[in-house]
Amino acid sequence: MNECYVDVGAVGDVPERGSRIVRSEIGDIAVFRTTEGEIFALRDRCPHKGGPLSQGIVHGKSVTCPLHNWVISLKTGEAQGADSGCARTIALKIEDGRILLPLAAVRREAA
Amino acid sequence: MQRSKLVIVGNGMAPGRALEKLFEAAPGQFDVTIFNAEPRVNYDRIMLSPVLSGEKTYEDIVIHGDAWYLKNGVTLHKGAKVAKIDRAARTVTSDNGIVADYDQLIIATGSSPIIIPVPGHALPGVLTYRDLDDVHAMLVAARAGGKAVVIGGGLLGLEAAAGLKAQGMQVTVLHLMPTLMERQLDPAAGYLLEKAVEARGVRVICKANTKEIVGSDRVTGVLLDDGTLCEADIVVMAAGIRPSAALAKAAGLDVNRGIVVTPDMRASDPDIFALGECAESHGQVFGLVAPLYEMANVVARQLLGEKDAAFEPKATATKLKVTGIDLYSAGDFAEAPGREDIVLRDPARGVYKRLVLENDRVVGAVMYGETGDGPWFFDLIKRQADIADMRETLIFGQAYQGGSPLDPTAAVAALPDDAEICGCNGVCKGKIVAAINEKGLTDLDGVRAHTKASASCGSCTGLVEQVLSLTLGDAYNPAAVQPMCACTDLGHDDVRRLIRSMRLKSIPAIMQELGWKSAGGCAKCRPALNYYLVCDWPGEYRDDGKSRFINERIHANIQKDGTYSVVPRMWGGVTSARELRAIADVVEKFSIPTVKATGGQRIDLLGVRKEDLPGVWADLNKAGMISGAAYAKGLRTVKTCVGTDWCRFGTQDSTGLGVALEKFLWGSWTPAKVKMAVSGCPRNCSESTCKDVGIICVESGYEIHFAGAAGLDIKPTDTLGHAKSEAEVIEIVAALVQLYREQGRYLERIYKWAKRVGPDRIRAAVLSDPARRKELYDRFVLSQTFAQVDPWAERVDGLDAHEFKPLAQVEMKIAAE
Repeated sequence: MNECYVDVGAVGDVPERGSRIVRSEIGDIAVFRTTEGEIFALRDRCPHKGGPLSQGIVHGKSVTCPLHNWVISLKTGEAQGADSGCARTIALKIEDGRILLPLAAVRREAA
Repeated sequence: MQRSKLVIVGNGMAPGRALEKLFEAAPGQFDVTIFNAEPRVNYDRIMLSPVLSGEKTYEDIVIHGDAWYLKNGVTLHKGAKVAKIDRAARTVTSDNGIVADYDQLIIATGSSPIIIPVPGHALPGVLTYRDLDDVHAMLVAARAGGKAVVIGGGLLGLEAAAGLKAQGMQVTVLHLMPTLMERQLDPAAGYLLEKAVEARGVRVICKANTKEIVGSDRVTGVLLDDGTLCEADIVVMAAGIRPSAALAKAAGLDVNRGIVVTPDMRASDPDIFALGECAESHGQVFGLVAPLYEMANVVARQLLGEKDAAFEPKATATKLKVTGIDLYSAGDFAEAPGREDIVLRDPARGVYKRLVLENDRVVGAVMYGETGDGPWFFDLIKRQADIADMRETLIFGQAYQGGSPLDPTAAVAALPDDAEICGCNGVCKGKIVAAINEKGLTDLDGVRAHTKASASCGSCTGLVEQVLSLTLGDAYNPAAVQPMCACTDLGHDDVRRLIRSMRLKSIPAIMQELGWKSAGGCAKCRPALNYYLVCDWPGEYRDDGKSRFINERIHANIQKDGTYSVVPRMWGGVTSARELRAIADVVEKFSIPTVKATGGQRIDLLGVRKEDLPGVWADLNKAGMISGAAYAKGLRTVKTCVGTDWCRFGTQDSTGLGVALEKFLWGSWTPAKVKMAVSGCPRNCSESTCKDVGIICVESGYEIHFAGAAGLDIKPTDTLGHAKSEAEVIEIVAALVQLYREQGRYLERIYKWAKRVGPDRIRAAVLSDPARRKELYDRFVLSQTFAQVDPWAERVDGLDAHEFKPLAQVEMKIAAE
């Protein structure tokens, strides 16, 4: 099936080592940008206590949750170190500097 | 292959341990279903006392989080109490109607507190102390203050009493026997314990036989049979526990005091195990964690087909978990023919030690006041070691024995890989060694982070350190400089020194020149480096918001639900009708759910949506209010009393001085938060003597105090010195804060910094040496010219606007598939 993507903004709209939120029907999605300019998207909920990952410090390819300092991999969503749990990752596409989120996948997950 | 169906009734520590062993040895072999009468996951019951006293939270004591059950494919029914076991049909049924069939069943129903059946025992306000719900009930009761009576002066009762006392209640302990903890302590140690408990403000009445619990619609007191009436708002029954065996009994299993098991832990039906406090083995029931974990091992091995696995009761050791009371008892110390005592008493130091010997073997040990050798004596008891050769010096402990066979490291070296080091978290030696080698760990913190060994009650810390030293050899140096984080080998002090000497002026420059091991640092080092640069290069370094924790990045305090709280500055705790009106308007305009007075004499607006922050700030700014920096590693509040303005005892204008200090110091960034207070007279209504910096006004001028604490630690301030005028106070305090800014390690509060460098050196710098003080003061003033900018006003004007609005709003309906 063809995935349905939606344009949520330009790569440059997300600050380097920072994050922006996309509001959606199924809750917030955090879009991150690393120093190398890579873009990642995760559900904005830490697997620990649901903390907003978008508000954490971004370092390397990880973000540290602002509530209890869990370190979450941006690539896999997995908690690092002794903690275990996983934030949902969202596979996105970058085309011509635009960030495209796959809404079909989001819908399936919510259904 | 059909997976074997294993059903467990109860979700306490013992079955949790059995499952860990099972999943380790044979992952996927069992299809496990757990019924838990409590509505939660498995937690460390030994640590309930620190939760009650407020030293830990529930989250800290969880052993297996939800993820663990998921990962191991365990079906956990929370809040489902099993009502019936049908042995013919091989099913269990819960009271909410869940049915599960089993190939093998583990009954681990634990125990219930003994309720003494005196009149009034069912009154509201009579509590027990057994699980987290009990702790919550006690915490709720303690919040209202008042009086508590604890019935029972054993381990649990004393821990409950200490916890309730820590929560601010007036506590009395009633104990039936002549001395406390008579099952673990001899009368002499029990007496010392009673003195220590009383010294902590808890009243103890021994030989107290409860006749009646008094009250009409709820408890009001406890009446003793000698006529004494103890008033009580709550009564905690901690008189002992009894195995919960009713379910097993109803199923027709043999039950005596507990569910009777053979050494293979099987009940009178070979497909049913009984495990934990509900089981009776060798005619005994058990309540301490060590034998229960041993039972769990046996159950796991039996399930794996090891027919020889058998449970044998061994000596146990007890440690009282009440902060500040050192008590250790192990083995058997009843008097009996053929037994001898070695006793050491040092009344001045409050030390008492007694060893009980039988046939040149140690069989029991009681220690009070100095318990460091406890585990060593316990080891002698367990090994039944012949102590004839060291009898003369035995009581002085391990350090006096000499010779290599008793070297603690050698003893740890001799342990097999599966020897358990941490009882709370079930971590064995092999696992710690593997973590040290695989993850390159070099210190205790690393081991705790990766294995949880010694992370709960901490009594095995010494053992873990020995495993570290054994595994790392000379590379382990506990006194070595702690690296800032995993990104570097340098400690905070070295990094600061090099930032100055090499004139490093940005985070990338530091990471490049000092050889950072990670590409972009981590959430530990980046905020520290950012602070050091802000402090050392005022006006030159541009603050890196991305290296600040969210609160300092957007100048509000994040809450558990992702909303924020907003605290405007209220200089010296003084406000006005205009400010209050503006706050009230903001609260209504933005529907802010909670408005609360803070401990620092200000007003906190809680539950503000992030998008609303600039609007809230704009309105507060208009009324003349700026950020209170309630989130900052920087100056927080200056608490004041009304001083000579109003108070008949005031000696100076404490309010005015507080306002002046706050106006001088606001905006400054410091290694950790700084809270101050000014009291108008030695009655000290502003509580200056537990602040980072506190001023007490006296007729002759101002006493300056510093390095107090009233949070995780409680510590009164040290005296810094005396000043004659307000101007002098401000100069000294500014110099003190600047010295702290330059020397403190990131997140190190003033009292910890002062302890590290020594209060005398601080006094010498800011008080005795006027030239040095002036230099510090000048550097602080220079720094303030860049720091005193209201962060709210900047953001109202559009700084970091992207923070406060979403990237996109996706309006798509969710299609049903």
